[in-house]
Amino acid sequence: MIELALDILSWFFLLAGSAFVLIGAFGMWRLPDFYSRLHPAGLTDTMGAGLVLLGLLLQVDDFTVGVKLAIIAVFLLVTSPTTGHATARAALASGLRIWQAPGKPHAANAERKDDDE
Amino acid sequence: MNGHGNEGGQSPGYRPIIHGIGLGLVLAACWLLLSGYFQFLLLALGAASVVFCLWIAMRMDLIDHEGAPVHITWAALRYLPWLLWEIVKANIDVARRVIHPNLPIAPSLFDAPVSQQTDLGQALYANSITLTPGTVSVDLGPGVIRVHALHDGAADGVLEGEMDKRVSAVEGQG
Repeated sequence: MIELALDILSWFFLLAGSAFVLIGAFGMWRLPDFYSRLHPAGLTDTMGAGLVLLGLLLQVDDFTVGVKLAIIAVFLLVTSPTTGHATARAALASGLRIWQAPGKPHAANAERKDDDE
Repeated sequence: MNGHGNEGGQSPGYRPIIHGIGLGLVLAACWLLLSGYFQFLLLALGAASVVFCLWIAMRMDLIDHEGAPVHITWAALRYLPWLLWEIVKANIDVARRVIHPNLPIAPSLFDAPVSQQTDLGQALYANSITLTPGTVSVDLGPGVIRVHALHDGAADGVLEGEMDKRVSAVEGQG
């Protein structure tokens, strides 16, 4: 009985995680520019990978396998924002401008003044 | 970290022996948990590896508040659940925007204040911002961070400074 409940919960997490991975991939295709595409890439790294790991964690019988999954989660939590920041910083350093939606930009937007000139 | 990397000020938690012992415990735990073997020979090999790694780290001058930040571990663990919940909320929000037929996004690039004093605290804050979908930290200067936000709500969330305050609280535990 508990076995079945764990299986159902595990599959729920695995499918939800897969959905976030798919939406992340779809977003990377759909969004307009480099900077905005970083955000759906974050979906894949955080909720996508996180929920899949959680689902797998409910399937383990061996303690050490569970530990390894947990260590993968910690590793992703540190490396994914680091790579995201490095790519974004490289784009800014090479002078890539951000895409802006038509209409009123956010009050704090730093690139707004440049566009007025 | 002599001469460079200390611009943020030496952490009050700078105690080489404590950091060395902390790093040693983490290395030993990694060996035990990843191998799962408890025979004498393998335990002895593990102990030798841990001591060897500590010796190398010491010679490379890596054992400091950044290499082994044991002084903020407890505070960071209390910060983590809040951060994870923020990540979940932001994930659902960004996912909804991505699949929304009208694609309701309004990206902006802006500067937000950073109140952390140490390099470690600023790195933790910048990584927290990037981990939360909808905001990505793009550049980090003295006292200021440049952020790309996917929409106005995400930008306002960073400008409100709640996350900044919480990370500073973690840093202050040192």
